[in-house]
Amino acid sequence: MHPIRKQRLILVSLVVVLSSAAVGLVVFALRDNINLFYPPADVVAGKAPVNRSIRLGGMVVEGSIERSDTELDTTFLVTDYEASVVVRYSGILPDLFAEGEGVVAEGKLDSNGVLVATQVLAKHDENYMPPEVAAALEGKTAPGEASVP
Amino acid sequence: MIPELGHIALIIAFCLAVALAVIPAWGAARRNVSAMNLAPTLAVSVTLFVSIAFSILATSFLQNDFSVAVVAANSNSLLPPIFKFSAVWGNHEGSLLLWVLILSGWMTAIAFFSRGLPLIMVARVLSVMGFIAVGFLAFSLLTSNPFERLLPNTPLDGNDLNPLLQDLGLIIHPPLLYMGYVGLSVPFAFAIAALLGGRLDASWARWSRPWTNVAWGFLSLGIMLGSWWAYYELGWGGWWFWDPVENASFMPWLMGTALVHSLAATEKRGVFRSWTVLLAIFAFSLSLLGTFLVRSGVLTSVHAFAADPERGLFILIFLALVVGGSLLLYAVRAPSVASRVSYTAVSRESLLMVNNLVFTVATVVVLMGTLFPLVMDAFSLGKYSVGPPYFNAVFVPLMALVMPFMTMGPLSRWREDTARRWLHELIVPGLAVVLLAALLGTFNAEGFNVWIALAVLLSGWVSLGVLRDLWRRVASGDGRLRWHRLNASFLGMTTAHLGFAAVVLGAVFVTQLNEERDLRMAVGDIETLGGYRFELVEIGQSQGPNYATDFAVFDVTEAGQRIALLVPEKRRYIASGQIMTEAAIDASLWRDVYIALGEPIGDDAWAVRLQYKPMVRWLWLGALMIGLGALVTIFDRRYRTQAARSELPTAGAVGVAG
Repeated sequence: MHPIRKQRLILVSLVVVLSSAAVGLVVFALRDNINLFYPPADVVAGKAPVNRSIRLGGMVVEGSIERSDTELDTTFLVTDYEASVVVRYSGILPDLFAEGEGVVAEGKLDSNGVLVATQVLAKHDENYMPPEVAAALEGKTAPGEASVP
Repeated sequence: MIPELGHIALIIAFCLAVALAVIPAWGAARRNVSAMNLAPTLAVSVTLFVSIAFSILATSFLQNDFSVAVVAANSNSLLPPIFKFSAVWGNHEGSLLLWVLILSGWMTAIAFFSRGLPLIMVARVLSVMGFIAVGFLAFSLLTSNPFERLLPNTPLDGNDLNPLLQDLGLIIHPPLLYMGYVGLSVPFAFAIAALLGGRLDASWARWSRPWTNVAWGFLSLGIMLGSWWAYYELGWGGWWFWDPVENASFMPWLMGTALVHSLAATEKRGVFRSWTVLLAIFAFSLSLLGTFLVRSGVLTSVHAFAADPERGLFILIFLALVVGGSLLLYAVRAPSVASRVSYTAVSRESLLMVNNLVFTVATVVVLMGTLFPLVMDAFSLGKYSVGPPYFNAVFVPLMALVMPFMTMGPLSRWREDTARRWLHELIVPGLAVVLLAALLGTFNAEGFNVWIALAVLLSGWVSLGVLRDLWRRVASGDGRLRWHRLNASFLGMTTAHLGFAAVVLGAVFVTQLNEERDLRMAVGDIETLGGYRFELVEIGQSQGPNYATDFAVFDVTEAGQRIALLVPEKRRYIASGQIMTEAAIDASLWRDVYIALGEPIGDDAWAVRLQYKPMVRWLWLGALMIGLGALVTIFDRRYRTQAARSELPTAGAVGVAG
């Protein structure tokens, strides 16, 4: 075979093999590893799958944080002012986690509708609101807050 | 008054950049020598005025001029001076100014160090970079003016710099990263200039190669510092999160890795010419995409200083212009410059091709994972997030795939080699590595660990292959070592490849053997982890310059011997009220002991995270070797002879280059 043609053949077969391997890997990896975001109202309405990794976002309800005295277990309520979901987390919470602040929790729903979180994310600075939380709260108002026209 | 001068300097810089983008390019098209000769002068003038603007902004920060909006938002009179200075780029407007400053710095470097190049090439390269400068200066002036004032309602004091950014690592991380990020505009400009001139030969690759190596080296160092900073400053001991913002800098790095290797083949053998040009275009496009992702606020991150759709739109249009324009130019010009050089399947060319394919595919899969949530969101198909499991599943096998070939690459011959020769060179190191991998994989604390065995096998294979090659070049018949035979290019490559092996070892060991526990601890409590005994001996409070702190003192001992007294802190910054975790780390080559405070629980007790992280330092040492290895290559003699040639008159080169 002509050396240049042979070269092209090598190149093309390498590209085909590698890209099919990569596509296979991507499909395989995406299947289990993407998490969809749900606002609390959707979770309460039963739209979120049970026992599958999801993300939940909203505000931490004032006075809802309960810490265990002996362990690092914490439970709190996350709300979008329409419905609330109980979140249980064992571990260290982020610095900016607090009552009345925005939060995103990642984990699986158990059969009782409690989100068992593997990770809890809070804001990076005082003025910042996670975009998903902002979208979840859009058009809903906190009790006692005047709605902005 | 002074901030207004900065604003005026920025406007002048913009006008000069427009002149730089237009005049020398016109001169190159019309073969007008005096127009082309303007390019270096204009480039230096742009740099001068951007530097003036930058110095003025820095002065505003240092002098607590809170009438300037970004100073009021990101500084405070209590902030230590060094952080006041780094606060200049700790915000959107200032970091954009740094971007432009570094871009103009690269332009000036080209103006000074490219006197050996044909004038027409210099003119085109600087024009292309001038065009990029126009885009970013317009971006700065139109959407993110750093000199905006808060008059007459000047605040008495500023909001303070985000405490996460009040750190030494953050003083050098952004400038280094930008050096790399923006530096990729240089090979891009060379590629566009070569396409414009229709001369895609080996000399183009030789000119652009040292610049590419330097830019890529800085990018490696910048990413390394970012990872290191996240490790100790974000407080929880992770070193890579596959966060979209990390990916934003990692994708140009991956593409740059392909480019660095492809350039080698183009320079030495004249192969992959069109492909190399395409890589140069993609690498810089990914830099711009990264800038878009980070600066538009579409992402949730410490880097996303502000969300402003107008800014995102601006960069998106600029990105489309640059990518679209350069791909169009490529489509028109590239087919005419296809290479006619042959090589066989067993040769250095085909090994470099494997590198290129793997790193391109790696870039694509990281790009897919990064953009997937954004695309789904843009079409209202749901709010997804793609987490580390996806990236690990696609990225790790690709890297494992490329490593066996890394050993043969440097050893093999150009054009044609034989598998028999490879076998002859590598059989002894190969067998030694298999043995070592089996031993280390088996004899560790948890029994046989297949990942550790694989990591040792692949990293050992790469390093022993590299060392075998080094020995082959240095050793001579009479038993004396001939170090002078090694050139800077070879030393750089060897260092970088060893660094890569070190990164892989560090990554796998710390992932596999990491020990971590979240606990509730009170004074007097004792825990053991990773063979160390941790005793909480004291809890207290104290004051820093602009924060109040809760601290805990841990006595860390091993077999009765004190290893370290570690003092993790929980700081509360006064101006912003923000809470920060300061981890305490006892670092060494083989392991880190890492303690971070969570929150106070009940009476005198704290939530505490204890970590034992074996070989985590190898990650950053390896990345340091990769970066320094790339930087060392510019000392190679063949680039210096190119510089020496520049002493000769070059005016005659213009006609030749046409």
